[in-house]
Amino acid sequence: MIALLILVVAVVGVFAYEQYTRSQKSIIVLATTTSTYDSGLLDYLMPIFQEKYNLEVHIISVGTGQAIETAKRGDADLVLVHSRQLELEFVNSTYGIHRVGVMYNDFLIIGPMEDSAGINGLGNATEAFRRIAEEGAKGNAVFISRADKSGTDMMELSIWKRLGIQPSNKTQAWYIEAGAGMGIVLRMANEKKAYTLTDGATWLSFKNQLTNLKTLVEGDVILLNPYAIILVNPENYPQRNYKGALMLAKWMISEEGQNLIANFKKEGETLFKPIARNFNKAHELGFPDQEKEIEWYDAQSL
Amino acid sequence: MFEDIYWEEILNITLLSLRVSGTAVLVGALIGIPIGAVLGFRQFKGKRTLMRFVDITLKSLINTFMGLPPVVVGLVVYLLLTAAGPFGWLGLLYTPTAMIITQLIMVVPIIIGVTMSAVGSVEKSIRERALSLGATETQAAWLVLREARMGVLTSIIVAFGAAISEVGGIMITGGNIRWWTRTLTTAVVVETELGNFTMALTLGTVLLSMAFAINLVLTIVQVKGARR
Repeated sequence: MIALLILVVAVVGVFAYEQYTRSQKSIIVLATTTSTYDSGLLDYLMPIFQEKYNLEVHIISVGTGQAIETAKRGDADLVLVHSRQLELEFVNSTYGIHRVGVMYNDFLIIGPMEDSAGINGLGNATEAFRRIAEEGAKGNAVFISRADKSGTDMMELSIWKRLGIQPSNKTQAWYIEAGAGMGIVLRMANEKKAYTLTDGATWLSFKNQLTNLKTLVEGDVILLNPYAIILVNPENYPQRNYKGALMLAKWMISEEGQNLIANFKKEGETLFKPIARNFNKAHELGFPDQEKEIEWYDAQSL
Repeated sequence: MFEDIYWEEILNITLLSLRVSGTAVLVGALIGIPIGAVLGFRQFKGKRTLMRFVDITLKSLINTFMGLPPVVVGLVVYLLLTAAGPFGWLGLLYTPTAMIITQLIMVVPIIIGVTMSAVGSVEKSIRERALSLGATETQAAWLVLREARMGVLTSIIVAFGAAISEVGGIMITGGNIRWWTRTLTTAVVVETELGNFTMALTLGTVLLSMAFAINLVLTIVQVKGARR
């Protein structure tokens, strides 16, 4: 009896204390992919936004698949992700609304300096994957897969699918399913002198630590990597901070946000190229309704 | 060498770790010590078969829960606190409170279990002698608890050690948000992933020295107490 009483008092006390110490600012929860966080983009952008609007942004940095899942469960206010297939599923399920293109970069195939699969300079990513699989089967090459349902992972799987291959760690020793973020996978590839697919931003951020690896294939159109913002539908989760999400999205696609993204550089190279207001490029990258969405966002007053 | 270390952030992370694990252990002690003591006392009572059966089952259960895998606790707490879950309306997911709840569930069985065996191992004769000298039941119980106080303190040390070094559970329920739910352990994970090994090692050192400092204080108390 006494124990129960103490328990109740203690729990209530802790809650009261936590509520008290909780920031008085309005909080926006952004679920996003590891690439936008690991590359340092969000640590560069968010303080500027937070300062300007006196809001607090909490970043959950996971793979695209998990970010969308988090939003679907109502645990985030908006997502910044990169997998067209998963994004469209999210919007079609009515959990996500107003998908808008924000920026893009490229996926790259990187691999060991000695390039045992001989893919250096190829302009065709599919052919490069075919050669890696071929050499892998002979025991001359290793490929590391994110295997975490991230945007990069989805892109990788779509390339294998073009080849009609479904590689698996279970049957193919050359194919390693890491189940980890981009940073870890790059580090693993460096240690094991393996091939992998990476987004350009994370690669540029870590390149000088990865002395065994280099860029081998880039520039194939299928390797374009667009990032989208999608708001969580307030009808499903009225308790979420829809207004805050809208403010953040509006700011990211505003002239100011887009210029800041364009100016974010590592080793003199741009990591993400803005596309929100470059409609032709946006159409090309799989945002057919870009004008309509931008118009919608611009029309929202706060 | 130190240009990659952000002391302000390390301080913030350290204070959060202390706050989360400290609160979890404090609340855990308030819940666990009374329960552990009651269960420890039980063995003095009658030896009816059914009671013994219940007793043994209960104690085995507690011993099992002492080894609860933190990630499993994290997963369950996550599913309870997610907006789509039964306690979603509280809005606690990805907050320090969610992390405290996770660690609380982890440490309570540890505190109960260690307290229980400490109280249980106090010589039966102490209680019997007290009773024969005219002490009431309550007074005798209090005496046993006093005798067992070092074991109770050990339960707190063990619980705190488990809480502060735990990573899987709070990663899931706290979300590892910078300046908000990033603790020493989850920060080590991130910094290692980002290749900031100096920062990761510094955080690891802070974690280790903190655990050492707290254990030192508690051990001093223990040694002093034993001498009395």
